[in-house]
Amino acid sequence: MSGKGKGVTFAAVQCPMPVADYPNVLMAHGGGGRLTQMLIEKMFLHAFSNPALEVLHDGALLEVGRERLAFSTDSFVVRPLFFPGGDIGSLSVHGTVNDLAMCGARPIALSVGLILEEGLPMEDLWRVVQSMQGAARAVGVPIVTGDTKVVDRGKGDGVFINTSGVGLIAPGVDIAPRRARPGDRVLINGPIAVHGVAIMSVREGLEFETQLRSDSAPLHDLVARVLQAAGEGVHVLRDPTRGGVASALNEIAGSARVGIVLDESRIPMDEEVRGACEILGLDPLYVANEGKCLMIVSRESAEAVLRAARAHPMGGRAEIIGEVVEAHPGTVTLRSRVGGMRVVDMLTGEQLPRIC
Amino acid sequence: MKFIDEYRDEVATGTFIRAIHALVTRPWTIMEICGGQTNTLMKFGIDRLLPDAVTMVHGPGCPVCVTPLELIDRAVAIARRPGVLFTSFGDMLRVPGSESDLLTVKARGGDVRICYSPLDAVKLARIHPESEVVFFAVGFETTAPANAMAVWQAARLGLGNFSILTSHVLVPPAIEAILTSPDNRVQGFVAPGHVCAVMGFREYEPIALRHGVPMVVTGFEPLDLLQGIYMTLLALEGGRFGVENQYARAVTRDGNMAARDLVERVFEVCDRPWRGIGMIPGSGYRLRPEFAAFDAEKRFEVADVTACESSLCIAGDIMKGRKKPRQCPAFGSLCTPERPIGAPMVSSEGACAAYYHYARTG
Repeated sequence: MSGKGKGVTFAAVQCPMPVADYPNVLMAHGGGGRLTQMLIEKMFLHAFSNPALEVLHDGALLEVGRERLAFSTDSFVVRPLFFPGGDIGSLSVHGTVNDLAMCGARPIALSVGLILEEGLPMEDLWRVVQSMQGAARAVGVPIVTGDTKVVDRGKGDGVFINTSGVGLIAPGVDIAPRRARPGDRVLINGPIAVHGVAIMSVREGLEFETQLRSDSAPLHDLVARVLQAAGEGVHVLRDPTRGGVASALNEIAGSARVGIVLDESRIPMDEEVRGACEILGLDPLYVANEGKCLMIVSRESAEAVLRAARAHPMGGRAEIIGEVVEAHPGTVTLRSRVGGMRVVDMLTGEQLPRIC
Repeated sequence: MKFIDEYRDEVATGTFIRAIHALVTRPWTIMEICGGQTNTLMKFGIDRLLPDAVTMVHGPGCPVCVTPLELIDRAVAIARRPGVLFTSFGDMLRVPGSESDLLTVKARGGDVRICYSPLDAVKLARIHPESEVVFFAVGFETTAPANAMAVWQAARLGLGNFSILTSHVLVPPAIEAILTSPDNRVQGFVAPGHVCAVMGFREYEPIALRHGVPMVVTGFEPLDLLQGIYMTLLALEGGRFGVENQYARAVTRDGNMAARDLVERVFEVCDRPWRGIGMIPGSGYRLRPEFAAFDAEKRFEVADVTACESSLCIAGDIMKGRKKPRQCPAFGSLCTPERPIGAPMVSSEGACAAYYHYARTG
């Protein structure tokens, strides 16, 4: 293999694998926490490095002539395919619409890639497709291109979906994680951890009685109203999906080199979700959300954003849950209900139900 | 939320914190036995609200932490076998064995699943007669009744494809081991509420008398813990010893008789090695001979798998209250929740993980 003549070996021209600690991919590499971040930073950024990617936002910002476009992609591997309050079809449309919305963009077109497992009931596929159609229509965004592949039975979980989308960013809107600055307020548009607990409630082996429904929903209209109310006062938007509120805020704190302090008693939560998390030993701050949006806005515009969010059907239970501080850059802390302070770390591995 | 919010009330907790500050006249070292209590202490920032004179040290009551390394290796060896459906409580999956852990076995194609209850594993054995379903039955007296019930049900159903890999441990012999250790510095105990909900606290009384220490059976919410610490300090300051019960809403002196009865029918007391601590006589449960058919160690012939601990890990010193996680040279550098060397870095109930997640800075 070695190029003897010039003393250059094959190994020297090939990059060493940057994630050498893990010989195999683990579930936690897709969990939205520290291992996902490690994969992104050490492997993907290393390989694909470019200015648009390096921002590490929910989507890339591209300038085309005078227009600014947001471009985003997301894949959906949820099990079961149909769950209380939604299904993989509507989820896949909302996911990409929301990634675009978190860039401050109005979605203009989506693509859909379907990976189907041999033997999937055609009836199920039709339900998924109809659900996608309904979700896209409700948002007002067309699905303009797509692709279909089929894999052998046993090689997929029924349906895997990838959606990508492009959106237009209005002039004057500048949303990016690095824009969080000391004094800013942290808002959320409603109760956390609903989606994750609703999904877990129907998984095999973890069934418990609950009336919970996923809160999967499109956020583009809420974002439009918030931008209308506060314009440049809106600094960062982020939908805290995998890894939950804690991981999303840790990413922002790291990216902007600021600290974030949360007030536990201000974080909205449903009683049922709290109960389920208490029983299972899960920290709701790390449970996945859909239809939820973290908003980091200037101190002056916080009240206006809160009013605008609460006036919208997607933000009736919005709250100011914390603030951005100069102290402890890169770290999120929380003032507990009993007044003690603690660190809110990034999710490590998967959240696993505890023993007792 | 009822039964939660009243125990996290800032006014009530504030009253206890002030009372503790007013009470303490000299330094005291108290051990909270249970990992769930350690977690509450760190998660609510209670450790930072206590007077400097009060040192809380963290006990061995984390089931994930004390499960011996060779048991993890045996679990890995069983889970790797074709035809085995290996089930476990969630937080055992990440615990490092000598070479591998259960999550890695899963990533490499093993059928490893999380069960919230051992009875769900029995259910899996019924609907998968083609698989050997094994449940990793670890924990203290708290989980013993459910594990006993799983074996009891499997026996009643005549399930030939169900077995458990047992590593049950018992709290009182561990407390005895800590108190008789020559370098012990623990002066009072916050005793484990859930263990006592099952077992009662009669067996703690002779230990408290013999060693002249106060023990307060305590719950897991912030207000429980603060009251338990307050009661322990009140006894220490007053020179009293013996067992008191803070967790009266869940614990009686005799415990849950139905649960204890079932545990006694299925399990018998045996010597057990504790990870990081070593062999403690009479400190565990194993299946009684009449239930030997449900013993995974016998069924899969893994009893001869042995292992040896990393020399870097000071888990034993931490669980005996001799050292704090930050005193470990590997803490946060060589040993992190992603790449744990020792088990206390894995579980939410492990002292090292609690320090790493909740108190790394400031």
